[in-house]
Amino acid sequence: MVEPKASRGGALHPLAELTRVRMLEFLREPEAVFWVFVFPVLLALALGIAFRESGATSYRVGVTDPAIADRLAGAAGLTVMTMEPAPALEALGRGRLDIVVEAAPGESPLPQFVFRFDPARPEGRSARLAVDDALQRAYGRKDLVEHRDEPTAERGSRYIDFLIPGLIGLNLMGSGMWGIGFSIVVARTRGLLKRFAATPMRRPHYLVSYALSRLLFLVLEVAAIVGFGWLIFGVAVRGPLLALLAVAIGGGLSFAALGLLVAARSRTIESVSGWMNLIMLPMWLLSGSFFSYERFPEAFWPAIRLLPLTAVNDALRAVFRGEALLGGALPELAVLAVWGLVSFAIAVRRFRWH
Amino acid sequence: MHGTENGRTVAARCVGLVKRYPGVVAVDGLDLEVRRGECFGLLGPNGAGKTTTVEILEGLNTPDDGVVEVLGQRWGTRDDRLLRERIGIQLQETQLADKLTVAETVRLFRSFYRHGRPVDEVIALVSLDEKRSARVGKLSGGQKQRLALACALVSAPELMFLDEPTTGLDPQARRHVWDVVESFRQGGGTVILTTHYMEEAARLCDRLAIVDHGRRIALGTPAELVASLGADQILELHAGGELDPDRLGTLPGVAGVSARNGGWMVRVRDVGAALPAVLGELERAGAPLEQLTTHQATLEDVFVHLTGRGLRDG
Ligand SMILES: Nc1ncnc2c1ncn2[C@@H]1O[C@H](COP(=O)(O)OP(=O)(O)OP(=O)(O)O)[C@@H](O)[C@H]1O
Ligand SMILES: [Mg+2]
Repeated sequence: MVEPKASRGGALHPLAELTRVRMLEFLREPEAVFWVFVFPVLLALALGIAFRESGATSYRVGVTDPAIADRLAGAAGLTVMTMEPAPALEALGRGRLDIVVEAAPGESPLPQFVFRFDPARPEGRSARLAVDDALQRAYGRKDLVEHRDEPTAERGSRYIDFLIPGLIGLNLMGSGMWGIGFSIVVARTRGLLKRFAATPMRRPHYLVSYALSRLLFLVLEVAAIVGFGWLIFGVAVRGPLLALLAVAIGGGLSFAALGLLVAARSRTIESVSGWMNLIMLPMWLLSGSFFSYERFPEAFWPAIRLLPLTAVNDALRAVFRGEALLGGALPELAVLAVWGLVSFAIAVRRFRWH
Repeated sequence: MHGTENGRTVAARCVGLVKRYPGVVAVDGLDLEVRRGECFGLLGPNGAGKTTTVEILEGLNTPDDGVVEVLGQRWGTRDDRLLRERIGIQLQETQLADKLTVAETVRLFRSFYRHGRPVDEVIALVSLDEKRSARVGKLSGGQKQRLALACALVSAPELMFLDEPTTGLDPQARRHVWDVVESFRQGGGTVILTTHYMEEAARLCDRLAIVDHGRRIALGTPAELVASLGADQILELHAGGELDPDRLGTLPGVAGVSARNGGWMVRVRDVGAALPAVLGELERAGAPLEQLTTHQATLEDVFVHLTGRGLRDG
């Protein structure tokens, strides 16, 4: 029986149905769920442990003479190991020692030592100061001033505090681009896009459904990483959660649009993967997810800040630090809006349905 | 207007259709007229241009030349979506999403149409009720094909396009598909179908066009086409020596002869008269008989007669 107009026979609005099946397909793909939800948390855990700052740092000192070890025994912040010169130098070269101390007797009436360390490594330079200080005291130097240490251990300035927003940014980029790019190219190679094009479906609905399903999932993704960082490492969001949500949505939609654009014409998984890597790799390096882009020459910063991942990372960090609520992130949101709108407009026009 | 006037009796037509690809003319000046309520078949070998023709009719491909009109409307002149509401399509090579269930898939397609059948009704129509909640990836080939039919039927279309709906299916699955097509016909629907199975064309089609190299080489009802051979029996023979086709063709009871696969295909009006005459001719020519079969003339023989090749010779 043919039913009355527009009741759609038990189905919802096409946009709702398209979004619904997108989400079902995603949830039924265990690999995708792993990469989107589990992987970033594992990465945060691994990096958080590797780079954790354990309050009092201890420098690893190799000495070639037990007499030196005796002198250094008891000095705070030094872990002293006595070894042969050759293995000691090798350990220094591999970064397992911060400094090697050798006795170097000569004409001078004072005890003489050689410090071997890599001045390019901050640990090397600090270890040199600490060892020098400990030796001077051990040989009887008297302090001329007194001081008291008051460590501030400021929350929010550890590496993990820097890392968590960067991981959220990376995840928004990765799941937006891979998730969307792959499913579209797979649908194209299976002839499914052509089949849809043969129905009265409004074509932009198809593209918008990808963005909508991303919106729903990105809330979960961001919540997973934020919750993990907070529970395990005490990384707090000092700004309002609403601002965090706004930035995440801006980033998520912008990357979804970029993913649609990259997948707009590709006919093979190989070609879409190539384009994805070409676009994402520079942002992995430049956009300050794992280390600050301020390490690059200052002349490059304005260009780096125009990249969508940089915009997401900067805006997320501003929210984590609780700076200037959302107003402070307006330039970044503008960058994301431009990327998103321009990509979407081009994707809709250039989209290949078969 | 002329077009709309025709739209009452003509479901689809094309005139002088041409589609060229680099190095090949896929469709070479094809004329077709499909009447409302009929099942029209395009029968032809691989690469004949069937899919290209059908996809142009479906508005998925654009011709280089020629006129196309479907349900009284030309693609690209008014809102194409209105036309899409009225047609149902099964493409030759669509793999529906593996991760969705039968019901989810049909429901998605249903949502694209303003009018149509309820989801459960369509699933029942193609007898997939038991597989409602099964993932598409777990269906058999025949079940997948019926699901594709369900997606074409879900809008209760006036005109349905089926591009090789049974290729690769076993005989039972094929009959199952035929039943679905026939019940759609009984409801008054028009079908345009491509196939290279002559049994399928003979069983389902009211009229058919035989196409080869993008050209229509014959048109008519299956019975008319078979009758055009002027014979109701076909005698296929292989002999171990030279035979003269002119002599063979003029023997008593014989309507004509053509070469086929290194042997001969003799069209026979009267087996009783022809068989002794043919054997006599073999003897006269000194060509020992190696193999001889006879069968009722079919559409396949029409194709062989017209082209010298079989439908599935490649
Ligand atoms: N997109 C294309 N690009 C180039 N050539 C094409 C394209 N599509 C079809 N052709 C060529 O056009 C000719 C007709 O192809 P078509 O698919 O219409 O044949 P068909 O009758 O459907 O064959 P089959 O029975 O194998 O499905 C073939 O020679 C094919 O190689
Ligand atoms: Mg074909």
